[in-house]
Amino acid sequence: MSDSFTLDGRAIPCAPGQSILQAASAAGVFIPHLCFHPEFRPQGSCKLCTVRASGRLGSACTLPATPGLSVESDTAELNARRRVLLQLLFVEGNHFCPACEKSGDCLLQATAYALKILTPEFVQFYPHRAVDASHPDILLDMNRCILCGLCVEASHRADGKDVFALAGRGLHSHIVVNSASGRLGDSTLTATDRAAHICPVGAILPKRQGFHTPIGERKYDHKTVAEQEIAGESE
Amino acid sequence: MTTPRKLRIATVSLAGCFGCHMSLLDIDEHLLELLGQVELDRSPFTDIKLPGPCDIGLVEGGVCNAENVEVLRAFRQSCKLLVAVGACAINGGLPAQRNMIPLTEILEEVYHTSPGLAHGLIPNDPELPLPLDKVYPLHEIVRIDYSIPGCPPSAHNLWQALSDLLAGRPPELDQHWIRYD
Amino acid sequence: MTESPHASTLSAILAHHPATPQALLQILNGIQSHYGHLPATALDALASHLQMPRSQVDAVAAFYAFLDLEPRGEYHLLFADNIIEQMQGSTALLDQLCRELWIEPGKVSEDGLVSVGLTSCIGMGDQGPALLVNQRPLTRLTALRIAEIACRIRDRVPLESWPQEWFAVTDTIQRRDWLLSAPPQPGQALVAVLARDADASLAELRRSGLRGRGGAGYPTADKWAYCRAATGAAHYVVCNADEGEPGTFKDRFLLSHHADLVFEGMTACARLIGAHQGFLYLRGEYRYLSGYLQDVLERRRKQGWLGRNILGCAGFDFDIEIHLGAGAYVCGEESALLESLEGRRGIPRIRPPFPVQRGYLGQPTVINNVETFALACKIMQEGGAAFAACGTAESRGTRLHSVSGDCARPGIYEYPYGVTIAEVLRDCGADDAQAVQVGGPSGVCVAAVEFDRRLAFEDVPTAGAFMVFDHSRDLFEVARNFSHFFAHESCGFCTPCRVGTSLLRDLMDKLHQGLGSATDLAQIEQLDAVLRDTSHCGLGHSACNPVLDTLAKFRPAYQARLAHHDFAPAFDLDAALNAARQLTGRDDAAAHLEQQP
Repeated sequence: MSDSFTLDGRAIPCAPGQSILQAASAAGVFIPHLCFHPEFRPQGSCKLCTVRASGRLGSACTLPATPGLSVESDTAELNARRRVLLQLLFVEGNHFCPACEKSGDCLLQATAYALKILTPEFVQFYPHRAVDASHPDILLDMNRCILCGLCVEASHRADGKDVFALAGRGLHSHIVVNSASGRLGDSTLTATDRAAHICPVGAILPKRQGFHTPIGERKYDHKTVAEQEIAGESE
Repeated sequence: MTTPRKLRIATVSLAGCFGCHMSLLDIDEHLLELLGQVELDRSPFTDIKLPGPCDIGLVEGGVCNAENVEVLRAFRQSCKLLVAVGACAINGGLPAQRNMIPLTEILEEVYHTSPGLAHGLIPNDPELPLPLDKVYPLHEIVRIDYSIPGCPPSAHNLWQALSDLLAGRPPELDQHWIRYD
Repeated sequence: MTESPHASTLSAILAHHPATPQALLQILNGIQSHYGHLPATALDALASHLQMPRSQVDAVAAFYAFLDLEPRGEYHLLFADNIIEQMQGSTALLDQLCRELWIEPGKVSEDGLVSVGLTSCIGMGDQGPALLVNQRPLTRLTALRIAEIACRIRDRVPLESWPQEWFAVTDTIQRRDWLLSAPPQPGQALVAVLARDADASLAELRRSGLRGRGGAGYPTADKWAYCRAATGAAHYVVCNADEGEPGTFKDRFLLSHHADLVFEGMTACARLIGAHQGFLYLRGEYRYLSGYLQDVLERRRKQGWLGRNILGCAGFDFDIEIHLGAGAYVCGEESALLESLEGRRGIPRIRPPFPVQRGYLGQPTVINNVETFALACKIMQEGGAAFAACGTAESRGTRLHSVSGDCARPGIYEYPYGVTIAEVLRDCGADDAQAVQVGGPSGVCVAAVEFDRRLAFEDVPTAGAFMVFDHSRDLFEVARNFSHFFAHESCGFCTPCRVGTSLLRDLMDKLHQGLGSATDLAQIEQLDAVLRDTSHCGLGHSACNPVLDTLAKFRPAYQARLAHHDFAPAFDLDAALNAARQLTGRDDAAAHLEQQP
């Protein structure tokens, strides 16, 4: 019999080197996450995937899946924390879904649906953030950036370009573009780069494709984020 | 046999576009069912100026000026349950796009720089409500009991939420139906 | 200071450092120090010199508080803003200086002469109020001194011509014990280490029961033994001198007076784990010490205690480099410190792996606190038994406390572990203490009823700060100050800490302004839970401590501030009409809003 741990009481097979999140996904069990992407190194920054592993809280994307662990994820307590975390991300930026091309395909939005966030609790920051439309094919809208770092990873690892970097500190953390002017149009990013398509929210968007998919046929219109993730894993 | 007392509902659109109200009309045949169970207090559908004691208040739109604040407070005082309806009520929505620009710049652009009807003067008529520095969501000004997101919330979700409220339950939307757009 | 970057000065700065990515922060420090900010052309040159993307240079430059992308004043003054300095009157002094110089805090004067701002604790709590002027500390500020400073700035007197006693940092040792009463002579510990085999030295360390003094209390012998056993291309020794915890200044004292102990502890460690390179990561606030510390290192090299074949022992090669931080509390977290040491933003790493397995440049690394190395040095010299005889069963030996706040005798106190808070209060002359913040903002707020508790890992653990508050102090304001500190110092990596600390700060400010309600209190508690449960590192985990502690122990201080409503608006409603009133000239009744209906 292969090694396994339990996740909310269910046995999950695991292999050395797997994280709890990877093992759970492989077994068809969804753990909410934003900054994790199966093709890239885990970041452990969004904290949505926080689980309790044998009593200890940690990110499922970075905690090793150790045989014998007893992991809790889908609990009232952890989901309450996740709801707060999602709301923190919503108030930190300017997320006006009705005006966003990513709406319906957005992981932040879909995860908030999954956790049934209806009523806002925290104060909106309404930060002043820039939109960079200088690139012919790609739009960069900092208003929607959730600092997941996936564009940095994708540009570095998949594209070998380092177009993006995370800069600054604390609430002033932000994405910077590697070009003399700091503008995307002067960078080496191309429309076919992985980094141009990795953004889970509407911060990095291909131009001239917005609203092509009619409402009702978008990624999360029919399938929940859990259903999509599990389907994606089995593809 | 006694008929149960009809619930009183008040509705208003603050810094909104009445789209949420239009969506409410889209509940089609359920309107008859609804009107069988409720009577309307202040609402665009009546001519009542100030809400009386109500069971439920539905507020569309964010808060962009002093009058919005007063109306929202009147709703809070009159309504046992106050429901934020739609994206603007929840996070300011489209009107809050102005929040990235200082109010001074906006008014100067509209009345000083661009050609307009006010002959280069910012209107100062006391009859006009003064704009707030930003557009605010409802929950930053009064306590909100429930919210129905969407731009507008679908007729399905409005009817679902209203049915729950009329039955005395907290509104519950299935995750397949929740939409922020 | 604001001269445009000259190619030759820049190459001189660059030539001072190896062209490796690890040198990035050190070079940025050099550019900042020379030009007073980081000119864009210099950053371009630096990026191409290090062959790294310009964005990576920008990313680091924007992380550290002491690096400025825009020019600041030729005289740049930063007032320490810990609660202790506030209690000593720093706010009024800052206002006075700004008034006398006709400037606004945070802005550079129009002639580019001066800028004044705030910074986190600079480790001068025992001699505050204090500030940093162009990174040099000015202590014991008074209204008179501020007037004299303003005068010299207006007259453009160079800092070198200011009375040098103004810059004096004095150390008051109020109590000596095992370490300070008889510190070993430099060199002795190395002789002892060379006289034993490594296992015997580690056995002495284990016998001593020494636990890390940085706060976590990890057994030092275990750390060194694990690192020794770990395989890697090289091993490293790192001394964490990023003494950023507000209210702590005992490492400043040790580095000023017992640098030999610290360096010798590091050298002994190097011998035991097989390291050839060590680093002292010195917080930017202690830059003024770096010249002196370099001199000590140079002397030790000459004495054969550093360099090749130390004390004639073939193959015992070890040297120490000083790396300067640049104003980032989070770099006190060991893995963030390693990131910073490697020239990156100070973002705490994902652990495991731990530094003893993969630390500096991915190699096995021992990181210990300044005090830990000093103690280890003496233990190496005299063995572990005497040390183990002090303290309690779980907390062996002595430790240094930085005592400040409302007491007659602030300063450095060395006590065996297990001393009660009441004893410390009696010794430092604090007759009217209402509370003590032990271990700084991330530590514990201890109320008077608990003063019989003991300072020890098993009771009240401490990283060395002991801030006293008498009955005239408002513990809510103490917690509010700390909430500002954490929001300012959050590295921004994880969601809960990046956003949560700012929301927490804003809610505390709302309560401070008398605009709060019971709903806000509930929200504070909700944020505390999220910070505690989901943050990436200790900064986030402990960011809620001051508020949680004071809420539990001084709740009336909060309740007294609540507007008597279950809900209060998030912002000042009438103030939100200011702009419109100004533009329209209106002041009628409808042009105003009451905060509550």
